[in-house]
Amino acid sequence: MQELKALIGKEIRLEWRQRYALNGMLLYIISTVFVCYMSFKLKVNDIEPITWNTLFWIILLFTAVNSITKSFTQERAGRQLYYYTLASPQGVILSKIIYNIVLLLALSLVGFVIYALFMGNPVNNIAMYLTGIVLGAVGFSATLTMVAGIASKAENTSTLMAVLSFPIILPMLLMLIRLSKNAMDGLEWSTSFDEILTLLGIDGIVIALSYLLFPFLWRS
Amino acid sequence: MKKTWWKVLCVVLLLYTIIRGLAGAVPHQPILNETIRNVYFHVPLWFGMMTLMTASMWFGIKYLRNGRIEDDEYSVEFANVAIFFGILGFMTGSLWGQFTWGDWLPKDPKIIAVEVGLLIYLSYFILRSSFEDEQRKARLSAIYNIFAFATFIPLVWILPRLTDSLHPGNGGNPAFGKYDMDNGMRMVFYPAVIGWTLLGVWISSLRIRLRIIERLQSEI
Repeated sequence: MQELKALIGKEIRLEWRQRYALNGMLLYIISTVFVCYMSFKLKVNDIEPITWNTLFWIILLFTAVNSITKSFTQERAGRQLYYYTLASPQGVILSKIIYNIVLLLALSLVGFVIYALFMGNPVNNIAMYLTGIVLGAVGFSATLTMVAGIASKAENTSTLMAVLSFPIILPMLLMLIRLSKNAMDGLEWSTSFDEILTLLGIDGIVIALSYLLFPFLWRS
Repeated sequence: MKKTWWKVLCVVLLLYTIIRGLAGAVPHQPILNETIRNVYFHVPLWFGMMTLMTASMWFGIKYLRNGRIEDDEYSVEFANVAIFFGILGFMTGSLWGQFTWGDWLPKDPKIIAVEVGLLIYLSYFILRSSFEDEQRKARLSAIYNIFAFATFIPLVWILPRLTDSLHPGNGGNPAFGKYDMDNGMRMVFYPAVIGWTLLGVWISSLRIRLRIIERLQSEI
């Protein structure tokens, strides 16, 4: 537990020291939203709710891929070797996942506010939509952290990251879009229990697998 | 004879399947008509593919446990032949779809699931080709194999809830077993499943032996 706390603290301090990366991610989300605003809203001023929703999730997906890719590459190999002598592999992967969850939550909430400002806000059940965002942030960061670990061992990290993660993130994305569509339509909570449970299940599977598989990953 | 009996069995079963499948009597169903014979080829190819995928993941786990390079060779070749079977099943299915549902590629959860499965295994091979070192390649691809397989299962489970399936046995359609297949067809169908699966294992075992010979030659 102490180890976990120290490792998360290290991740946060690392991020804070290189604030350009964090600011870069924020700007990335803002400019993507602005591009969507220019292409959808400026001329026609009309966007279908389904397009609105899907677009938001695609923006979040790309932001997540971009921000998590660096979680294993921003430190030099020598320094990582040093961590490996100090901490347990489970501690390292859990700390990275937790840190990425926090980062992604912050990014996606900011993103949601900006997106709603620019593109209008057709969501009826905000609480349920936010639940979707939280579940999505957890799932995205767990999957992508593990894939980032795999991809960071290869040369062409950024291409591999997209190629490896998109097919395995698809079930989660489909469920998230469905859940958030329910939230947009303002349906009752009871209609979406199914989706929420499935998402919780997928998140659980992904985190458990990362926990089990990471010790094999870091030896290479 | 000890080791070849199953190959003989495979040839006999497939000959039986092809002869009985193309020339045997089948019940006449509306819409399906003679295309019902495809059930001897299309469905067993899927069964074979799932078996091979599972075998590939199983050898991935085995590799992570002992680190023997042979297990990795097994894993790769099973995945290779699984892709081959997947493409064959895709083609027979598409042909069948055109003549029964009137579309080469209808929107159907099973088709989407298999497309995602093929994407996953194609990216598995991209991942493999980006490493030089044998052990590292084997370890990382085994990790990805397990990770991807475990997220693929929820997809198969989720998709039918999103769109209705045209396949028999889903979305309110009656299963083949109930109405369409009579006992005469069953006498061909089950041997066909065993025969095609054995053929898949046979092809993989030949490729595995080839790969092992190549490795031994390059080591000398």
